[in-house]
Amino acid sequence: MAPEASRPVISRPATWLPRTLHPVAWWLWALALATVASATTNPLLLLLVVAVCAVVVAARRTEAPWALAFRLYVVAGVLVVALRVAFRVVLGSGTGTTVLLELPEVPLPHWVAGITLLGPVTAESLLGGAYDGLRLATMLICVGAANALANPKRLLKALPPALHEVAASVVVALSVFPQLAESVVRVGRARSLRLGGTRRSALRSVVVPVLEDALDRSLLLAASMDARGYGRTGSVSRRTRWGTGALMVGGLLGILVGVYGVLDPTTSPLLRAPMLAAGLVVGLAGLALSGRVVQRSVHAPDRWRAAELLTVASGSVAAAATLLAGAPQLYPSLEPLSWPQLPVVPTAGLLVALLPAVLTPPASSARRPALAAPRVRA
Amino acid sequence: MIELASFGIQYPGAATAVLRQVDLHIDEGELALVAGHTGTGKSTLLRALNGLVPHFTGGHVEGRVRVCGVDTRTTAPRELAHLVGYVGQDPLAGFVTDSVEEELAYGMEQQAVAPRTMRRRIEETLDLLGIAALRDRPLRTLSGGEQQRVAIGAALTLHPQVLVLDEPTSALDPTAAEDALSAVLRLVHDLGLTVVVAEHRLERIVHYADRLVLVHGDGRATSGAPAELLIDSPVAPPVVQLGRLAGWRPLPLSVRDARRSAGPLRTALVGTSVPPVRGVAPDGRLSTPQLRIEVSGLVVRHGGVFALRGVGLTATAGEVVVVMGRNGSGKSSLLWALQGGLDHDGGRVLVDGRDPNRLSRREVRSLVALVPQTAADLLYLDTVRAECRQADLESSVRPGTCRRLLESLLGGGAGGAGGAHGAGSIDDDTHPRDLSEGQRLLLVLAVQIAGAPGVVLLDEPTRGLDYGAKARLCSVVTSLAGQGGTVVIATHDVEFAAAVADRVVVLADGDVVADGPAVEVLVASPTFAPQTAKILGPAPWLTVGQVAAALGVAAALDAELAREPST
Repeated sequence: MAPEASRPVISRPATWLPRTLHPVAWWLWALALATVASATTNPLLLLLVVAVCAVVVAARRTEAPWALAFRLYVVAGVLVVALRVAFRVVLGSGTGTTVLLELPEVPLPHWVAGITLLGPVTAESLLGGAYDGLRLATMLICVGAANALANPKRLLKALPPALHEVAASVVVALSVFPQLAESVVRVGRARSLRLGGTRRSALRSVVVPVLEDALDRSLLLAASMDARGYGRTGSVSRRTRWGTGALMVGGLLGILVGVYGVLDPTTSPLLRAPMLAAGLVVGLAGLALSGRVVQRSVHAPDRWRAAELLTVASGSVAAAATLLAGAPQLYPSLEPLSWPQLPVVPTAGLLVALLPAVLTPPASSARRPALAAPRVRA
Repeated sequence: MIELASFGIQYPGAATAVLRQVDLHIDEGELALVAGHTGTGKSTLLRALNGLVPHFTGGHVEGRVRVCGVDTRTTAPRELAHLVGYVGQDPLAGFVTDSVEEELAYGMEQQAVAPRTMRRRIEETLDLLGIAALRDRPLRTLSGGEQQRVAIGAALTLHPQVLVLDEPTSALDPTAAEDALSAVLRLVHDLGLTVVVAEHRLERIVHYADRLVLVHGDGRATSGAPAELLIDSPVAPPVVQLGRLAGWRPLPLSVRDARRSAGPLRTALVGTSVPPVRGVAPDGRLSTPQLRIEVSGLVVRHGGVFALRGVGLTATAGEVVVVMGRNGSGKSSLLWALQGGLDHDGGRVLVDGRDPNRLSRREVRSLVALVPQTAADLLYLDTVRAECRQADLESSVRPGTCRRLLESLLGGGAGGAGGAHGAGSIDDDTHPRDLSEGQRLLLVLAVQIAGAPGVVLLDEPTRGLDYGAKARLCSVVTSLAGQGGTVVIATHDVEFAAAVADRVVVLADGDVVADGPAVEVLVASPTFAPQTAKILGPAPWLTVGQVAAALGVAAALDAELAREPST
């Protein structure tokens, strides 16, 4: 491949320059894959889902700390499978006839009837545990992929403006953790200079300075945010603010009553779907209105472009292909034992979900998404 | 631009008002310097300019503050954000986001500035403050000076009319402080921004200031031309003290001006023997000084980084060794290794002939006392009394020892400038957090040396101390050394180093690059020379005190240095 510089400019439209994709696009893609996983116990399909996730993550993740967490999710997945299988061995389910290992059954008192400890280990029960575990593990890994690909802070930025205050507090809380860890280490070191009496005072001697430090910092941060215009209302009138507030609360109440109505069949039908719908409409109106009232802008917002649409589409294709496929191939038979087959349609769908690995712009860890605006230098 | 009319503020629960009847007028384009001892209300005055006082802090307000024609009493700080940019002491504590570019955008996002304008202003600000190379860096990985410049930049992107800086250099080393201050000066001179800045180390900035605002501590504040106000102000940088001593008028504020007036003084001092800095002649110590600290070939590694690469150091009883060098040059590592709190990867550390790494914590405590950089981390009890009692237990000494020690550290006991600011007596029931910075440092020191260890290690002790508290600390160090103790101090503060050091060791990247008598190392160095040395060089004068002693006016100067600011 030719080096970057010698490439003709035309072959790379500006939208395909290295950038990170909209975080919501990655989440939708990953959730679609998780839907596939939830709809099957076919180990071949599940492993294919994991493979698709792994390839795309390897191709498009950044150098950021959260991107390195994918490995942890895979480890967690392996643990889930191992635990499931181990449970099947210990609490022998007794299903199936293909005995692999004859373990002595531990006699249990009669009041725990229905639970057997150990006993013969059958291939059917082991496989059943493994399939179940694999399904759970795959869904876990899909979430891990989304986490690795999408910047959590940018995800919060993508929230509707009305939820800005909530997003801001989450962002602040997220950045407090490294500070807290730092101050624990520092105080711990200082603490080693003094000898403690009892263990209780030893704990106190670390907790008190760390908490004092955290409180001091949060006051300073609050002052700084205040001084920099956080929460300013500007020219918005008090009436508008009260109006949007009333709409939001009213909508939420409507939704609450509606959900209750749907879940409780004895309520009047008017309180069910119509109430839920009305609550949703009012709530969304409040959200939209307060969004317009909030006077803020976002620096370098993530935008939906072709690559984002393609990513979401590829995920949806995979999900649709699996949901439309026939059940027998998605749930391979355990009794009688049979070798799972790779069904054609879902497999093809999953291969489509692999496309973002090549068809999205490469991630660059350092740069944020490029803006369409020309760069003006002073 | 800024107008204070009979302004006063009394915080809820406080017995007296912090500020009373303050009248102040700051014109457009001025650089106003707010000076005064710690705890006199400098921060309160600054925070009143953008409405944080009283909107954020609460309190009873009198009079009026108008900034750009807006009354801060009726306008909240967030509504003033586009008029007044405010940067606090610790830049890291004020950061809301975690990367440079996002931080610069934050204020503009709150003001709903259009994305294109935002992008353009970010680029402009990056260039203005010379931080373009840092744009994508996480804020936590920046050095102190870089963080302070980013914080200033974040305030500037809103194009405020006034920039308020509360001790922008108090947490920085000299180079980083230079960085931040030169950025501020550029804003004043190139953009004509009105800047109000509070600063402890006046020597860094006073010669650039158009107006000096002195906060006296009794609620009053006076303002005027720096050269006039400094003639009898309670706080004064060494250059001004020397000017007062020599009677130079107009009072020089910069080393350059002072050196131009210093010809006659230099001539007068020729042939005068230079008195010792700390009042104890070097040969007046023990005839065969006992070797206290012996370090050779010390290697310390943090992860993959070598903090110390084969450092050697010796110190004898009664000696004060000052360790200097940039941030990250290994000063703190050296101190912690001496205390035994750090595993080393090579070399030998002996304190009084024993390796602190092999001793129990109790034994180390009786041998070495370390006061770490953030001294307050050591305190965790509710009252000064409880802290002292706990220290007595930890050092296995008779009850009351620590408390008596604290009294003597606070004043009276050790000769010299007793009664300097902040060192008055402390009530037993005071919460340690309510002490002034200087008092808290002395409390930690008392807690640490309750067991009378022979070696005392101080890591950046002058951080946040005003001139009075520094003078107090100086006399404490002198008396510790006078009693045969060995004191090792890591510091950036050249004036403090000049006032206490027998020997200076300079570290760079984990190596010792200079080790010798203070006079030899300090006088010739452009970065480490104190102001007196710069003015009177190449003659080996380090402090104003020495000059005063040589001229026979010691008593007068002592009185001046020790003057209570608030009375």
